[in-house]
Amino acid sequence: MTRLTFISLWLLTTVSLVLFWLYQDKPYPPSAPKFENTTNTGKTHDKQSTSSLTQSLERNLIQNRASDLEILRRLSMALTGTIPSVEWIRDYEAWPEDQRISLALERIFGDRRSSDYLAERFARAFVGVENGPFLVYRRRRMVDDLSEMIHANRPYDQIVKKLITAKGIWTSKPEVNFLTATIDPNNDKEGPDEIKLAARVSRAFLGIRIDCVQCHNDMFGDRWKQKDFHQMASFFSGAEMSLTGLIESEKPYKYRYKRQPAPALVPPQVPFNESLLPAEGSLRERLAAWVTHPENKPFARALVNRVWAMMFNKPLVNPVDSIPVEGPFPEALESLANEAIASGFDLRHLITMIANSSRFQITSRTLDQSETPPFPMTRLRPEQVAGSIIQSASLETVDADSHILSRVIRILQQSEFIKRYGDAGEDEFVGTGGTIPQRLTVMNGKLVEERTEENLVMNAATRIGALAPNDSVAVEMAYLATLTRRPTESETQYFTNRFRGKKKKKRATEMQDLFWSLINSTEFAWNH
Amino acid sequence: MKRPSLHHCASTTSNRRQFLKTTTAAGMAWMNPLAQQLARCAENDVSETRGKAIILLWMAGGPSQLETFDPHPSQNGSTGRKAISTPLKHLQLAQGLEEVAELMNDVSLIRSMVSQEGDHERAVYNVKTGYRPNPTVVHPSLGSIICHELPENAVEIPRHVSILPNEWPARGGYLGATYDAFQIGDPGQRIPDVISPVSKERLERRLQGLDVVERAFMKGRDPEWIASHTRHRATIDEALKMMDSDQIKAFDVNLATATEVNAYGDTAFGRGCLAARRLIETGVRCVEVTLSGWDSHINNHETQSKRIATLAPALAALIRDLKERELLENTMVLCGGEFGRSPELNPLEGRDHWPHGFSFLIGGGGIAGGKVIGATDPEGIRKQPENPVRVQDLHATIQHCLGIDSEKEIITPVGRPIFLSEGNVARELLVTS
Repeated sequence: MTRLTFISLWLLTTVSLVLFWLYQDKPYPPSAPKFENTTNTGKTHDKQSTSSLTQSLERNLIQNRASDLEILRRLSMALTGTIPSVEWIRDYEAWPEDQRISLALERIFGDRRSSDYLAERFARAFVGVENGPFLVYRRRRMVDDLSEMIHANRPYDQIVKKLITAKGIWTSKPEVNFLTATIDPNNDKEGPDEIKLAARVSRAFLGIRIDCVQCHNDMFGDRWKQKDFHQMASFFSGAEMSLTGLIESEKPYKYRYKRQPAPALVPPQVPFNESLLPAEGSLRERLAAWVTHPENKPFARALVNRVWAMMFNKPLVNPVDSIPVEGPFPEALESLANEAIASGFDLRHLITMIANSSRFQITSRTLDQSETPPFPMTRLRPEQVAGSIIQSASLETVDADSHILSRVIRILQQSEFIKRYGDAGEDEFVGTGGTIPQRLTVMNGKLVEERTEENLVMNAATRIGALAPNDSVAVEMAYLATLTRRPTESETQYFTNRFRGKKKKKRATEMQDLFWSLINSTEFAWNH
Repeated sequence: MKRPSLHHCASTTSNRRQFLKTTTAAGMAWMNPLAQQLARCAENDVSETRGKAIILLWMAGGPSQLETFDPHPSQNGSTGRKAISTPLKHLQLAQGLEEVAELMNDVSLIRSMVSQEGDHERAVYNVKTGYRPNPTVVHPSLGSIICHELPENAVEIPRHVSILPNEWPARGGYLGATYDAFQIGDPGQRIPDVISPVSKERLERRLQGLDVVERAFMKGRDPEWIASHTRHRATIDEALKMMDSDQIKAFDVNLATATEVNAYGDTAFGRGCLAARRLIETGVRCVEVTLSGWDSHINNHETQSKRIATLAPALAALIRDLKERELLENTMVLCGGEFGRSPELNPLEGRDHWPHGFSFLIGGGGIAGGKVIGATDPEGIRKQPENPVRVQDLHATIQHCLGIDSEKEIITPVGRPIFLSEGNVARELLVTS
């Protein structure tokens, strides 16, 4: 059975490779699909409404623009967690130049890998990476549900409302896991922890660290008082567990403030924009309505800052969950926050706006030798490194349409690699360099060895070496598969010299070594 | 949130900070450069004389204190297994630990460890870092703090190593991934990633190819900025240095004699303990060796017995070995898990999680031998043990013995000051001479 699968895989990939070369110079697709910036409400955005940002984003107006391929790599990395496949690069290059970004985004938005990847990254902010209380928490269920909602482009405010107001059983109602993740088996309270939830809500959804005043008033300013935090925690006091899962009760919240002799009843209240808090509804419904209210600007800013950080691997305001309520704000943060509100918290629209911005499309090459790169160079996250190594071993995109065997192998290899390489956990955007063990994992580890060794069925290195019509094409294909660019003249010359006269086994070895050099480069390991 | 100072313990060495305080107080601030130099010497003296390294034997899943270091055989059948005597009159260990029992003059026991975490993941975090999990920050584990705080010594291999780690190995937390433990499996097997899968000549050709790719990437970029910002090539060079180092052999227990290997027991954990000794000998600061499978919710006695059979020879051989090689004075050995197990057996004859009074063995590196701290209720009814030692107190004690000022505040990458430990030193455990 396994043998048959391998043979069919090999036949499929060989045929596709041959077709690939045959058609590589012809336009594809014959007629490029039209890109419509469709919102989650089904409306097509009026270009006028986004003019302030988009006008300066016309392709030709961006000075020192990165190459189209560099932008594709950034998009693919940020939104799917891997580099683009050679197959995708060919499609992309066949599209009209002025539609490449929009068509690439359209493809990404329709790709299940993207919603899965974004869901995982949002989940890290919403519930962290811990497995949590075993009996009442299913992180995977919640991430899958988030992915469904992102794939359907459900408005972000609706997603957040669903999480905050969740009720029922954690297995059938995945959103309940947002609350049950905070249950502490050692806590006297039989239900979600109000304090942890207040911290999560304020950080993840509002971008404020009000939890720093959990035990005392603000020590670094007068902005927050201890009561601000606990009044917010009070909205979760009624969230309790019962035989029917999570319910909403009338239980009041009590807390003993610093220097007070006894616990006191804490009324639910929001720490700012009090007028936006509705009077009607359950406590959590009221809180959810306030958090996501279009006039509650911190919500929009927190969303923008997080999505920006996902796109650049670096937030506009650092740390990503600590944005001052009164500002000052970077101009891009305010403009995009206004856009997010105007679009009805349409995630795709926000991502498109950022992708089309000059900040995203500018080169990472220094314009002045003394300056840092205009586009921030950031280290790839572990799953991005793993995903990219695995993708580079396949000329076709490894996605939901791939053979089940390819997908299973990808999941297993990725997970094993990350275990050795180290998961960044909730430290999503810490801008430090790599470590020696991480370099050892890529230099000598199993994943790179297995995905570059001689294997005509599974590895692009062998297939390119065996089937490329000449050495130059072979080198070019290796570069496209790994670095999403073509080699420079000197690189082509150097590596074709190495290939000269080598056949079969020696050629496969040479190709493996080339892949090794490319995968171990700064260019591969960093977003640029 | 300043905690009371607790550092009036019997350390015979002064540290740099104390020296500077003294000189300043004595009106000798004018001699600051000299003071700095002398303080630096004092700092080095600390690392030379006491507590240079630690070996943490991590009992993953939560070992039962009743079946290991805190038996209560006099009670009904559900509380604890048969006890054995030790050279200390007042101390008994559980059956199965006979080899360890003989060595109790060299190490001590804390029988009153308490924490507030009863979930595995949270409790592991708590015991390994000294802090409870907090969504606002990821704390570094003990080994990471030690590597960060103690001066770098001349080792070409990672100074922080985790052998047979489970899903929660020691992490650098806010100190950065540089301080993550280097992870290996069974030291009897090939060590992953440190040996190139290709010949030296072929590796050299790969590196030459890499240089070509790197040169092309630098075009239009500032090579110095790239080098300092990414440290990519520097890290590769350091990795290459490690791959070439003779010190790598310390990982390979196949190079040890058969007698040595047999003494530790023919198990992956035994080989891990032997590798730990070899690594410490080479200059590694912290080695964590994990023995999994203590989570005995069902059939407790059998589960614990199997683990004890693996633990006992390895732990005993390690202590003996370190002592014979005069390494015990400078190497602290710790043995424990994320919590203990409940005194009452559940209906499946298992024991559940019990963070209210569990045991930790601690010895060497400035810890007195033959001490027993705290006591749990022999009836298994009262939760609170006598003389409780909190997890953070254990951390403060270890740091103190290693010459690390646990009151030192580290500024995290987001600008938040955090104490290395918020605990109090358990002074009764310290060598007083």
